[in-house]
Amino acid sequence: MLQVNELLGGYGSGLIVRGVSFSVKQGELFGILGPNGSGKTTLLNMISGLTKPSGGTVLVKEKPIQAYLPKELARVIAVLPQMTSSQFAYTVKETVSLGRYAHQKGFFKSWTAEDERAVQEAMNQTGTAGFAEKPLSALSGGERQRVFLAQALAQEPEILLLDEPTNHLDLSYQKELLDLLKKMAADGLTVISIFHDLNLASLYCDRLLLMNKGKIHTLGQPADIMVEEHIHNVYHTNVQKQPHPEVPKPQMSLLPEWPVQPDIEIDETFIEQHSDYLAIRPPVPLKALSSGVIGAGWGWRSAFVNRHVDQNYQLDNFEEEAAAYFSNKGFDLQETVGMMTAVKMEDAAWRKETQESVSVLAVATAGAGNAVDVTRPRTSWKEKQTPGTINIWVFANGKLSEEAFVQGLMTATEAKVKALADAGITDRETGTIATGTSTDSTLVAATQRGAYQQFAGSVTPLGIAIGRAVYEAVAESLQKTARRRASL
Amino acid sequence: MFLLAAAFTGTAAGTIHVPFRDIAAILAHHIIGTGLDLDASVDNIVWKIRFPRVVLAGLIGASLAIAGAAFQGLLRNPLADPYTLGVSSGASVGAVLILFFHVSIPFLGGFTLPAASVIAAIFTIFGVLLFARAVERSMKLETIILTGIIFSSFLGSFISLMIALTGEELRQIINWLLGSVSMRGWPYVQLLLPFFVTGACMLMYMAPELNAMSFGEEKAKHLGVNVQRKKMLVLVAGSILTGAAVAVSGTIGFVGLVVPHLIRLLVGPDHRHLLPLSMIAGAGFLILADLTARTIISPTELPIGVITSLIGAPVFAVILLNKKQKGSVT
Repeated sequence: MLQVNELLGGYGSGLIVRGVSFSVKQGELFGILGPNGSGKTTLLNMISGLTKPSGGTVLVKEKPIQAYLPKELARVIAVLPQMTSSQFAYTVKETVSLGRYAHQKGFFKSWTAEDERAVQEAMNQTGTAGFAEKPLSALSGGERQRVFLAQALAQEPEILLLDEPTNHLDLSYQKELLDLLKKMAADGLTVISIFHDLNLASLYCDRLLLMNKGKIHTLGQPADIMVEEHIHNVYHTNVQKQPHPEVPKPQMSLLPEWPVQPDIEIDETFIEQHSDYLAIRPPVPLKALSSGVIGAGWGWRSAFVNRHVDQNYQLDNFEEEAAAYFSNKGFDLQETVGMMTAVKMEDAAWRKETQESVSVLAVATAGAGNAVDVTRPRTSWKEKQTPGTINIWVFANGKLSEEAFVQGLMTATEAKVKALADAGITDRETGTIATGTSTDSTLVAATQRGAYQQFAGSVTPLGIAIGRAVYEAVAESLQKTARRRASL
Repeated sequence: MFLLAAAFTGTAAGTIHVPFRDIAAILAHHIIGTGLDLDASVDNIVWKIRFPRVVLAGLIGASLAIAGAAFQGLLRNPLADPYTLGVSSGASVGAVLILFFHVSIPFLGGFTLPAASVIAAIFTIFGVLLFARAVERSMKLETIILTGIIFSSFLGSFISLMIALTGEELRQIINWLLGSVSMRGWPYVQLLLPFFVTGACMLMYMAPELNAMSFGEEKAKHLGVNVQRKKMLVLVAGSILTGAAVAVSGTIGFVGLVVPHLIRLLVGPDHRHLLPLSMIAGAGFLILADLTARTIISPTELPIGVITSLIGAPVFAVILLNKKQKGSVT
């Protein structure tokens, strides 16, 4: 659809675009990225025919762009610039109707039914039909931008060029605009757009072109462009890549360079032990990966609560009840990891372990009533079990990689299994050594300050600390609950 | 309707009042050849003096208003007027030179002044455009406006120089500069008409392009307008209109600035309506202004430019004030 060969160009004497080649297929949503002054807009202006290249060629539908008459080109390429303004109070419909200029023929340029249909359709697609008769000056920046998009669509182009189209739009219109572009690309429109927002570009574009100093830095699918190293090289900014939660596209998070913060060590003194719950409220939020009733998954959490419930606690809407309980106790649900257990809080146990530069606090409440050997097939599952849950918290005083979090969970689990085995706890149905209980929860939280810990496997300092602390805490708590049971 | 009423009133009023019915009869007599049973002197006053004067005033008003509307749209500047590009200064220099040196070119006789003026105006346009092109090949509008200002002030100082050097012609020159449509007669109408028809038709034909270009040259180009060519055509057409109008009547201010504004407030900025309506309103406005100029302190005639400015400036001030209060961007 569009082919760019060895394009050179710029204003005045200096070259801003220095040898750029790529091609875009029909129906593609193609994003152009790059820092300020990297030549994005100059490149777009040459593709739209606004600026004459100093060298190289632009082929539109296999025909050099210079060979097009202005009207002919406007029927193939429409452009939505960053900002368009008029001194005069044209109405929305008058503005959109100008998009039909290139389609009007004959001496009197009469307005046909086809023109009217195209204008109405463009206004409907962009949600501007509602204020068709309003003057442009009465609209907000975002509404105006949509009017000019409607104008471009009224041209019924085959290629749509956009320069930072989401600039003046709020979040919902950004999404709507890009959803619309995606849909139109699926219907065969070729869309080429400059983006400032890496994440939006990655999310919506089929392919991306990353420009740096007038040249192509990287060209490819979002996953090829959204590489921390590329972004750092081009933007000189530290970012961290993560997957999008729903869509298989990478996203980038900015890493701010804040002043160095003092180290914090989470230890036993932070534990608040009450008869019905146990809590830790660290002075700063901790990065946590957990399972639990509330606050599961990834998050920055500033409170950790383990709540004792009666062994007959059985509610259909237990999540709601739990949320109400934690709220009542003054915990912010957005920032709290909450777990529940029938184990008495007096039977909780904790252990702090230090290995080299890293220390770990493990807190456990362990009851083995529902002990299960996960490796054995079971024929039935008895609904009503004796109470028993193993909740494990691991607080690591260090800066952990995501890999370390996962390994931390693994190591903690291995330590738990070993503690159960050493205590001789068996699955009552199968009679074999149990590996856990049916309702266990685990948490790994880290201060993300201090020494960097890339790994938490079983032979690393962090892994060893986690293994020992968890083993000791679980073993002790198991003993306490067993003793309590025996004394009943 | 407004134009017709203005024309009739303009013809009727004066030291000798002529009833509308008689005017209609005289016009019918001259145009479609019906019989006439009126006094020959009345016929003379109407057909030879008043009516050509009204027609001339109308044509000049129309020329200035449509050129002003087009320039405002093209230059994306509501404060632009037909004189922005220095055309009037050029035409004035031509005219003042003639008055200053008492030149009279054979064959042309009394036409020497307007002819020289039109030629000077056309030279000025091309001077401005060529200079702007030399500055920047793509001829951005900003460059053209700046070039126009340079030419305007240079030629303006030239006129001041000549005024400073003149003796008894001073009043004549000042009067010409203030503008007048008196004692011109049909030959002047004939002189102006071809320029008017050409310029007005060109501009009205380019109304859609003017709409597109008022969103900026780049946007117009994206919409498929051949910007370079159309821009040139609008400038040339507008300048022809202005140059010819200035040549026959001197610089009459404010018509080209205020009339398009009023019409834009009434019908909106769409040039397809704006241009023809500005033309009609401009014609009517100038006919009435001329009427006022020659009757208000009759028998003395005021220069018509004084009246247009006297009416135009306050009207414009009010428009500006309203606009600012409404908070819309000018």
